[in-house]
Amino acid sequence: MSGLRILVPIKRVVDYAVKPRVNRAQTAVETASVKHSMNPFDELSIEEAVRLRERKVPVSEIVAFSAGPPKAQDILRTAMAMGADRGIHVQLAEKEELEPLGVAKLLQKVVEKEKSDLVILGKQSIDDDAGQTGQMLAGLLGWSQATQASQVKIEGDSVTVTREVDGGVETLKAKLPMVITTDLRLNEPRYASLPNIMKAKKKPLEKKTLKDFEVDITNRLKTLKVTEPPARKGGVKVEDVDGMIAKLKELGAL
Amino acid sequence: MAASPKFALSLRRLSCSPGVVARYAPRYTPAAQVRWNTSNSATTSATTEPRQPDAEGGVKGKTAAAKAIKFTSDSYPELQRDSKFSQLTQDHVKYFQELLGSESAVIDGVSKDASEDIEPFNADWMRKYRGHSQLVLKPKSTEEVSKILKYCNDNLLAVVPQGGNTGLVGGSVPVFDEVVINMQRMNNIRSFDEVSGILVADAGVILEVADNFLAEKNHIFPLDLGAKGSCHIGGNVATNAGGLRLLRYGSLHGNVLGIEAVLPDGTIMDDLCTLRKNNTGYDLKQLFIGGEGTIGIITAVSILTPQRSQAMNVAYFGLESYEKCQEAFRAAKGHLSEVLSAFELMDGRTQKLLHKATGKKLPLEDEHPFYCLIETSGSNTDHDSEKLQNFLEHVMETEIVSDGVLAQDQTQIKELWACREGIPEILGHWGGVYKYDLSLPIADMYALVNDVRDRLTEAGLVGDDESHPVVDVVGYGHMGDANLHLNIPTRRFDKEVEKQLEPFVYEWVQGKSGSISAEHGLGIAKKAFIGYSRSETMVKLMKQIKNLYDPNGIMNPYKYI
Repeated sequence: MSGLRILVPIKRVVDYAVKPRVNRAQTAVETASVKHSMNPFDELSIEEAVRLRERKVPVSEIVAFSAGPPKAQDILRTAMAMGADRGIHVQLAEKEELEPLGVAKLLQKVVEKEKSDLVILGKQSIDDDAGQTGQMLAGLLGWSQATQASQVKIEGDSVTVTREVDGGVETLKAKLPMVITTDLRLNEPRYASLPNIMKAKKKPLEKKTLKDFEVDITNRLKTLKVTEPPARKGGVKVEDVDGMIAKLKELGAL
Repeated sequence: MAASPKFALSLRRLSCSPGVVARYAPRYTPAAQVRWNTSNSATTSATTEPRQPDAEGGVKGKTAAAKAIKFTSDSYPELQRDSKFSQLTQDHVKYFQELLGSESAVIDGVSKDASEDIEPFNADWMRKYRGHSQLVLKPKSTEEVSKILKYCNDNLLAVVPQGGNTGLVGGSVPVFDEVVINMQRMNNIRSFDEVSGILVADAGVILEVADNFLAEKNHIFPLDLGAKGSCHIGGNVATNAGGLRLLRYGSLHGNVLGIEAVLPDGTIMDDLCTLRKNNTGYDLKQLFIGGEGTIGIITAVSILTPQRSQAMNVAYFGLESYEKCQEAFRAAKGHLSEVLSAFELMDGRTQKLLHKATGKKLPLEDEHPFYCLIETSGSNTDHDSEKLQNFLEHVMETEIVSDGVLAQDQTQIKELWACREGIPEILGHWGGVYKYDLSLPIADMYALVNDVRDRLTEAGLVGDDESHPVVDVVGYGHMGDANLHLNIPTRRFDKEVEKQLEPFVYEWVQGKSGSISAEHGLGIAKKAFIGYSRSETMVKLMKQIKNLYDPNGIMNPYKYI
């Protein structure tokens, strides 16, 4: 075998440290002039791919892929600064959104085209929290899958994945090709260093459109309404213990 | 100060369970050593800074009895209570009770024992200064402040104005039995003009509250510092606090447009001007900015607040020498000009200690003798990024910086800032810290750190093991403002170390025409050392001002000049 061809799909999302606000029309969260960055789970995916190579697992190529608005190129550059070899950007219009099934179908085509034999994805993107793409992709490809990995080991064509479950860990073993989704415990993503940021500018970034892939990405879901969680009600101060007991009774807590 | 939640947590646990520690004391060495007995440290003017006060106004992990703090009057035996001041009597207290009405506005330790309630107002958060005050007043209006001061002036009662009590030089706590006038109940935001960005607020508004209020209106308070969750804006103005945003927005002398203050005789000086330009006579409000409450009490301020920046970037560099840091600073000013909002310097030793104390991985793989942190903030992300890219390319290509990283998201921005903001906290890890806050010509700034290190090393005081009191001599600070924090983390209090430090440090600073207190003020800690930075004539002129406005000397006595 000539070495792994790893595909890492990444997504540009509202920065996780930013408090999201619902837009006026209540159709989505506000994204205009809000700080965006790479989905944190996808950072773990890139990091893991790079670490596999650093651990001397034969890796012939790490390809970062993103479908999103023109700005998604920024996160592809970040991925390349972290160690991906090249990027593929499928450009979408500013407001165009893909659903997990659409993304999975798109990725299936990319995997076929790139002849990837390992796909590492974040377990979910923090904007819609669907957590479905990895599983759907594995289904479409007919590959093995290991979700929410906290440790990945590769020897030859056999992959051992540890995942944290309630009350312990579960260890899965499968053969390549396969799909792995990452969880927070997997690694600690590196900073993009300046020399690498400079180098990443020169790495190839292929620009594509949805038409190049001929997939049916029609959206099937309809968002009815997006609302903020109900605001927490302020507490009241009571004068003394009797006051508190009276208040608790009034509220039916006693 | 969210540098290391884990570390802070362990500290809290440690000090919240004194019983546990005591029981296992013989075999249990706490990971974070308990600070030396603070009472000893007050003999130097260097500040010891354990942790910044948290949002609730308490110090993280502080549960130990405040009574363990040595009285300032004992640490400074040369200070004597001025006998011209009257002793507090029940009649005085009665007057104040009637004046302020509300029961919670007066903490009376004269007619009954209220030492528990008064203690937080008597002691400072560093646990270094403690007074003997028996009366705390919390006025709610400027008129009340005026009546209090007039009464005190007529009856020769000394007073201490107090804000959030987060000062570093003991200026906000009494020495003897001065009456504490705490401003916490004067906490209303009076007005905000969205067009001009001018905020008018009471002195007792907490800095973070003011900043959050402004954030909703897309503005920013032109001052930011570690204690923002506790400190009052009135206190910030009275001490002319510096902080992290000074490079960008300038000092409070420029941003404060007007002040309402009460003079000791009860006169209300209403200069709450909301004009940017006002060339009509002497600018008296400037006397109150940095006046540390010695000529009057600030009751409200009007301040010019800038538009809050939408886009923010942070980069962190490793550099091979201090000369390169200066080159980087010049390049940053050239390439980034108006978007540059912070340029901070940390020496390699601080970063190594940070790593040692917290176990946190540093952003850069290799070790470098110096590190810089650069923050840009502006209105347009693309515009800023382009400028930053050009700057980064320039400093990499010309080899001004050896290595560096650029934060890719908000979390990384915080982590990189933690490498700078976490330093004061971790330096206390080995026991205590001698801290000097100095202004120096930028070219000579770091030479002092080297000189002090050589001096202490020659004296055989620096080492890696327990037999040496000094852990290291480090420097960091606001390079953009030529403000150096010289810190000497130590394992224990040691007379020999102090003898080596003082007056050496002050004489060194004097030799370079620097300032012995850049942003922390004079208070009681630096009062004796003003001569190193100000001439006799200057001090004489200052004393004339003091005597003019406060002829009876009741305002914050025993401190400042």
